[in-house]
Amino acid sequence: MSLDLLPDRTGERRVVRRRLTLAVVIIAIMFMAVIGRTAYLQVAQYDYLSARSQDNRVRLAPVDPTRGIIADRQGRVLAENRSAFSLVIIPEQVADMEALLAELDQLLDLSEAEIAAFREARRRSRSFHEIPLRLELSESMVAELTVNRHRFQGVEVKPQLVRHYPFGESGSHVLGHVGRISREELARADRRRYRHTSFTGKAGVEAFHEDRLQGRLGVERIETNALGRPLRVLERDPPVPGNDIQLTIDIELQQVAEAAMGDHRGAIVALDPRSGEVLALASLPTFDPNALARGLDGASFQALNQDWRQPLFNRATQGRYPPGSVIKPLLGLAGIAGDYIDPDEIVHCHGRFNLPNVSRTWRDWRPEGHGPVDFIQAVAQSCDIYYYQLAHTMGIDAMHQWMTRFGYGLRTGIDLPSERDGVMPSRDWKRRVLGEPWYTGETINTGIGQGFMLTTPLQMATTTALIANRGVPIRPRLVSNQTLAQPPVEGLEPLTDIDESLWELTVDSMIETVHGPRGTARATGAGLGYQMAGKTGTAQVIGIGEDEEYDEETLDARFHDHALFTAFAPAENPEIVVAVMVEHGGSGSATAAPMARQVIDAWLNREESEGELVRR
Amino acid sequence: MSWSADSVNQVARRASGSLLQRALRLDPVLLGLLILLSGVGAMVLYSAFGNRIEPIQNHAIRLGAGFALMVVMAQIPPWRLAPAAPWLYVATLVALTTVFLVGEFGGGARRWLEIGPVRFQPSEVMKLALPLMIAWLVARGTLPIKLGKSTIGLLMIGVPAAMISVQPDLGTAVVVAATGLIILFLAGASWRSILALAAAISAAAPALWIFGMQGYQRQRVLTFLDPERDPLGAGYNIIQAKIAIGSGGIFGKGWTNGTQAHLDFIPERHTDFVFAVLAEEFGLLGVIMVVALYGAIIARALWITYGAQDTFSRLLAGGLTLTFFLYSYVNMGMVVGLLPVVGLPLPLISYGGSSIVTLMAGFGILMAIHSHRRMWSA
Repeated sequence: MSLDLLPDRTGERRVVRRRLTLAVVIIAIMFMAVIGRTAYLQVAQYDYLSARSQDNRVRLAPVDPTRGIIADRQGRVLAENRSAFSLVIIPEQVADMEALLAELDQLLDLSEAEIAAFREARRRSRSFHEIPLRLELSESMVAELTVNRHRFQGVEVKPQLVRHYPFGESGSHVLGHVGRISREELARADRRRYRHTSFTGKAGVEAFHEDRLQGRLGVERIETNALGRPLRVLERDPPVPGNDIQLTIDIELQQVAEAAMGDHRGAIVALDPRSGEVLALASLPTFDPNALARGLDGASFQALNQDWRQPLFNRATQGRYPPGSVIKPLLGLAGIAGDYIDPDEIVHCHGRFNLPNVSRTWRDWRPEGHGPVDFIQAVAQSCDIYYYQLAHTMGIDAMHQWMTRFGYGLRTGIDLPSERDGVMPSRDWKRRVLGEPWYTGETINTGIGQGFMLTTPLQMATTTALIANRGVPIRPRLVSNQTLAQPPVEGLEPLTDIDESLWELTVDSMIETVHGPRGTARATGAGLGYQMAGKTGTAQVIGIGEDEEYDEETLDARFHDHALFTAFAPAENPEIVVAVMVEHGGSGSATAAPMARQVIDAWLNREESEGELVRR
Repeated sequence: MSWSADSVNQVARRASGSLLQRALRLDPVLLGLLILLSGVGAMVLYSAFGNRIEPIQNHAIRLGAGFALMVVMAQIPPWRLAPAAPWLYVATLVALTTVFLVGEFGGGARRWLEIGPVRFQPSEVMKLALPLMIAWLVARGTLPIKLGKSTIGLLMIGVPAAMISVQPDLGTAVVVAATGLIILFLAGASWRSILALAAAISAAAPALWIFGMQGYQRQRVLTFLDPERDPLGAGYNIIQAKIAIGSGGIFGKGWTNGTQAHLDFIPERHTDFVFAVLAEEFGLLGVIMVVALYGAIIARALWITYGAQDTFSRLLAGGLTLTFFLYSYVNMGMVVGLLPVVGLPLPLISYGGSSIVTLMAGFGILMAIHSHRRMWSA
């Protein structure tokens, strides 16, 4: 069969052409629809869709600022930023998170706390953000991870600045430490300065001076592809680094103080009475701030936090102890200035004190008594009977008034967080706190710094500095380049109404304590190349019955007395004030005074080499 | 009256003086437009490939093969092609059946057939064989086409379309079917029968939805209706394409500057979604230009159709032209969001695929129809 292609029949041609014309119309309409739709997207929806395309590709990534460096008064770096490699995970790039964590666990031995923290951070973070799993990787781990890179899709090893405290446990209560910002902290924080992975000061100077140390976050506009992989930085608003801080602390002296405390628990505060600059502030035992900055897992933190020795507790500013006999110089001064006693008046001490119509007998620490003592000898020999008498004469109201003027019971205003006040008891105080009236017997106890009276070791130092300064109070401070004016502590004013000679007399009583033949600290004063003024104190932890003897041998260690000593030197022109408190250390003269001498010796014999703040 | 060698020569001589026309029987206007569009396509592809030249070289080779086949096809006069139509159709149907059976009993879906060293897709050949067959069938009778012949035509369309759709390649099946239907339409099928067919298809749609469509195909339709329904899954392509197009604005982001394309946001950007790359980088102006190019090609092809001198040629040329339109429209409509996502490439621009060769063969036939005209007015 052969197909016969006949010449066109006009009618048939018309049929097809009519349909073709119809098709042309349809084609035109449909192409116009394509153009119309495109125009709608590209003109009417341009702003919206072009914004979405920007959103697609540009990610804002915060850049952490460098935290300010903390140095000691000689410019030695106490807190710095070290770059370390941390392991981060970008969850969106991980195919099987559980499998990955299991593999990483084999390699890194992840703790449950690390995994829990990771999951928490993952829940809180935005997509395509890195979530830290471990902060500091050892070099071998970095190598291992790099070699096995292909196995760990979505895992990155990133350099990051980690806070480092080169002196370790030394001065840790002063420095404090940093840690990851908590959700509560972040909620209150300025979001231009913090993000969810930021570090923030958690204690000590790191916390108190957080505003100065922390800079402002920078921002990088990063172009990413559809997988969220960063390709290049489009724009960069650099972070503003934090300010460096120079402390008044001398880390060498700090170490001397910590070494002097040995295995005891306690606190040593050394400051310059002329300026209030704190030279050393030791609280023992200490802790390693490096471990806390890297982030302890829950169990380790619990162990540290619940350690019965309380290593995290800053005894120097937060510990409250009965001051015992160290209040005697100032209480005596108050008695003399208030005309309750004459400094030359002799009190005969037989080791016992009784109140009329009270059956109780108060005993001197020296059972046989001190014989006849005037003010100077009463301080030097730490005669309790003299002070029972004085307290009885003054009464609690006058004692409270005078001692509060000296700074007892008040915060010193040091630039550290959570400083505690002490207690300078009064009728008011007792009614308010205990809901009970004041009893005369309690006045007697207060006369030797016992009973309700409590002070922090720092307060012992600042009240001693008041004597060293002959009546000029100071506010202790840790930061030397503080531009902020230092307002005096509220209610603490120069004691201009007390005659200069009375201050000298008080100083003399303390010199006699160290250098006098019957001074309680004469053993410590032996062979000194300079004149030291000091006062011992031995504070009872438990009430000893009126007829009982205090016997260290038979008493459990935790009931042993606290050993106290405050001193300054050189006595005539003081450069350093030291307060020592040793928990359950026994007697102030035997335990605390030698420690103070070590610190003062080290300071007065130091080689002067004050330098500028050194940056590594 | 039968054609003689004389009259053929006469046609050749009287055709206008260009070498292309005389020696190669090509239409210079159509050829120029096709080359222009291919060039624009290659540029867009270069950008879509992240400024890599190697894929463009591959693309050029495939285009070259297409153009070569076009030249070959242009040499075959329609009166030689027409008698071959039934044989070609039957042979292709057999090939399709073979593929179907191999697929059915040989395990797994298959589209390719290997005969010795030749490896081809019967479904691609069917894109040409079917219009040839239908045009041949219709041209044997009188126009407008009668109902009985339409029914035979529908059967001839339905059988291969069904076989292709179970490969499964719904996109090609629809296009193949459309090619045949277009010819029936051009042949003057009565409106009543067209409406009846449309009604039948609508009635069958639910059945097709349930039994005829794969899960992913149903997904595509649903996603088309509401892309934001599943913004990270099935709707992702549509949304990202929309963002790419819209963010191009009127003037575009500039060649190779499209962020959506270069940062991998546009899926299948070298193949089915290449139009989005074009729209992002060249903006509305670029889109209008490319649509105008398609329009010009279609216009020239329609002009050839108008000038065709017998029913067979006219129907065939019209069918091929409208199929080309359908291809380009379905792809662009899908990318801009007028149509659901069907996996059809944008002719002459999308990368790869054997469809480009088939397409160029079609243009070769068109050119043959044009260059082998008889001069009635002689």
